[in-house]
Amino acid sequence: MRNLDAAFSALADPTRRALLARLARGEATVLELAEPFDMTQPAISRHLKVLEGAGLIVRRVEGTKRPCRLAPAAITEIDQWLGLLRDALAKNYDRLDDVLATMKPKPRKARR
Amino acid sequence: MSKLILKTEGETHVVAVRRFAAPPEAVYRAHTEPALIQKWMLGPDGWTMPVCIADARPGGKIRYEWTNGEGHGFYLTGEFVELTPFSRIVHVERMHMPDPCPDNHVVTTFEPDGRGTLMTMRMTLPDAKTRAAMLSSGMEHGMEASYIRLETMLQ
Repeated sequence: MRNLDAAFSALADPTRRALLARLARGEATVLELAEPFDMTQPAISRHLKVLEGAGLIVRRVEGTKRPCRLAPAAITEIDQWLGLLRDALAKNYDRLDDVLATMKPKPRKARR
Repeated sequence: MSKLILKTEGETHVVAVRRFAAPPEAVYRAHTEPALIQKWMLGPDGWTMPVCIADARPGGKIRYEWTNGEGHGFYLTGEFVELTPFSRIVHVERMHMPDPCPDNHVVTTFEPDGRGTLMTMRMTLPDAKTRAAMLSSGMEHGMEASYIRLETMLQ
């Protein structure tokens, strides 16, 4: 079993979660990862180091670049984080309950 | 205590099951009429959906835009594939973050369940990696909401 504490503390930061969500869509360089954030490359690199230490990403060497990608173990792990997606969906459906409670059946022609 | 059941199935599916205390017609309409969708499909507290296009007919366009009122936003586009009032909706959707994510094929069914409705939403992603991507962005929103709730509680 990998170090869950490291994984969870790595995930406690919104920037690192956003980086992970981005990497889940495919490999990226530090430059590409830094682009959407208002952060310097060294700051992004520090976040990546934390993610790497937690075993959530892996990096390879390609010339002077070190592209990152999601570790295979992280893919499995993310699938187990359904509880968090559940929170978002549950909130939607609780609101839908309220919407449904206020809906009246569409008027039928037979009605006057 | 949550009434929502959410699970992964195989390598590429995510299935959500939820009961509602309203007939299938109402639940179906709440999934296809923009004015109704805008009231509930919002994710975490504080988010709104200023743009909601849902042209509920085969080939009809879907476009949902969300904003948190502080400059953050994202959107989803899609198409309806098949509609069977008031029991089944087949549609394709993709998030834009801002690059488009791979297509998510969604089949939503509404079955009478006593006086209410049993809704089953089955999502199919192209592969395990894409499913992880979808779950991680959901995770991001879910966690954000949980943190905000926690902060409110602690104040």
